[in-house]
Amino acid sequence: MISLASQVFSESNLKIVIVDDSPVRSAILEEGLREAGHRHVIRVEGTDNLLERIYAIDPDVILIDLANPSRDVLEQMFRVSRAVKRPIAMFVDQSDSASIAAAVDAGVSSYIVDGLKKDRIKHILDISISRFNAFSRISTELEQTKSALEERKVIDRAKGILMKRKSLSEEEAYTLLRAAAQNEKKKIAEIAQSIITAAELLK
Amino acid sequence: MTENRKLRIGFIPLADAAALIVAVDRGFAREEGLDVELVREVSWSNVRDKLNIGMFDAAHLLAPVAIASNMGIGHVHVPIIAPFNLGLNGNAITVTSALYEALRGHAEGDMADPKVTAKALAKIVLERRQKGLPLLKFGMTFPFSTHNYQLRFWMASAGVDPDEDVQMVVLPPPFMVESIKNGHVDAFCVGAPWNSVAVELGIAHILHFVSEILQRAAEKVLAMRVTWAAENRDALHALVRAHKKAADFIENEVNRDEVSRILSAPDRLNVAPEITRRTLDGRLKVSPGGDYRESDRYLMVGRRGAARPDRVQASWLYAQMVRWGQAPLAKELLLAARETFRPDIYDQVLGAGDLPPEQEPKDGIGAFDGPEFDPLDLEKHLSGWSIRRR
Repeated sequence: MISLASQVFSESNLKIVIVDDSPVRSAILEEGLREAGHRHVIRVEGTDNLLERIYAIDPDVILIDLANPSRDVLEQMFRVSRAVKRPIAMFVDQSDSASIAAAVDAGVSSYIVDGLKKDRIKHILDISISRFNAFSRISTELEQTKSALEERKVIDRAKGILMKRKSLSEEEAYTLLRAAAQNEKKKIAEIAQSIITAAELLK
Repeated sequence: MTENRKLRIGFIPLADAAALIVAVDRGFAREEGLDVELVREVSWSNVRDKLNIGMFDAAHLLAPVAIASNMGIGHVHVPIIAPFNLGLNGNAITVTSALYEALRGHAEGDMADPKVTAKALAKIVLERRQKGLPLLKFGMTFPFSTHNYQLRFWMASAGVDPDEDVQMVVLPPPFMVESIKNGHVDAFCVGAPWNSVAVELGIAHILHFVSEILQRAAEKVLAMRVTWAAENRDALHALVRAHKKAADFIENEVNRDEVSRILSAPDRLNVAPEITRRTLDGRLKVSPGGDYRESDRYLMVGRRGAARPDRVQASWLYAQMVRWGQAPLAKELLLAARETFRPDIYDQVLGAGDLPPEQEPKDGIGAFDGPEFDPLDLEKHLSGWSIRRR
């Protein structure tokens, strides 16, 4: 029990830096790490003097999103350089290429202080992967909701045009749209959009 | 061939990805039965990692990254080969207008001569130290990059130690211009089109084409994993053939406008076609005042034997890694560095030949400083330099 407690204590002491220009995503990740007991989580944004800012924090672990061009800046920390207090290595467990692939797929990459045991930070990487995936799921859902709303608007406008021009009821207008979509193997929203375009042209 | 072979290839939006982009967008890859999806990336780290784990079949890659990966230096050890050289040279050193004026004030001779500018830099570095001013900052694109080595080679020739007397910082190419604008760096070395973009904004001068420092330096290569090459021999050969056709197409001046248009597309380099055109012509506006400099060596895509991987250049790049403390000096590593470049595959696919013409530098490098390069005796090469990490 004592050893477990001390392990938990030492892990929550790890200093973790998140480099991510998406504030929402980095907040989601920070929350995940804090829930797992990590108290020293620092979020870093922007590109100016990035390396200096990271050196000043002197982290044990750095998490960065793969869409961030600043990733190459971090590579400088691998090198034996006078500016580097503690060399940083990429988190790579060559025996575990599946976990690297999962990280790249989720869009996150991690760097750790050289010498830090890989198993001590494996769960940090796991949290990053799952939070990044959760974020992209939310983003996709949001996009889908947005485009569904847009489609709804387009269909409503097209219905309005049909009702007016052909003196149809709303239901009849919709049935007509749906039939046309089935005939042409297109989405109702696409048919609706072409009706709107045609109506604009014929104005 | 019944069905096209699908490939995913990563690239960074730079003019030296020309052979790859033209091979795909002009249809040469399709003619070879390949269906290539080009994936634009934001960092060399991403390109390297996605190539390493097999998310890319091949990639536009910094030659030193391919070599380091194959040697297992600096990162993980993933055997990589380069059967096609995407280009020689193509970078330039750009300085702020303030640093340019200071250099001109100290220069004793022609500012186009790298010996003259390096000596002027040495004087400025000394003056700044005496006045207690901060170190000059030089931006480059990656620790394992020709840009890093070209800058170091140039300044060290006049006694400026790149690790002591100035500060070298990695900057992603798209951030270079902004960094010089906001005073974060005093100079940078980067590929096209970023030097021209900085000059165009009126905030910087192109000081040197890197071809003034080294006449022939392997810049980017078409890279793939050794295991992929072994399992996909037909696709590998088809890729090399498509690249050769593309390189020849690019080098034919008749096609310059079309090539500039292809490269400048929003999902490729996303710059004005005339800027791409300047790069291909090797005629660059070097000062905000409108001075031009021209060189037929600025970016060599296929001419003068540029496309055939040259092991002399692999040796030279490895020698720089040793000189600057990135890699130890060892016979096995030299061998691994040289074997990254595969002129044998190039010859097997395209027929032997395509060697540099006779008027090219005899040692295959043509450095502006120091003795001829001996690719097999790095000890001798390294001992010739007073500034080095080993």
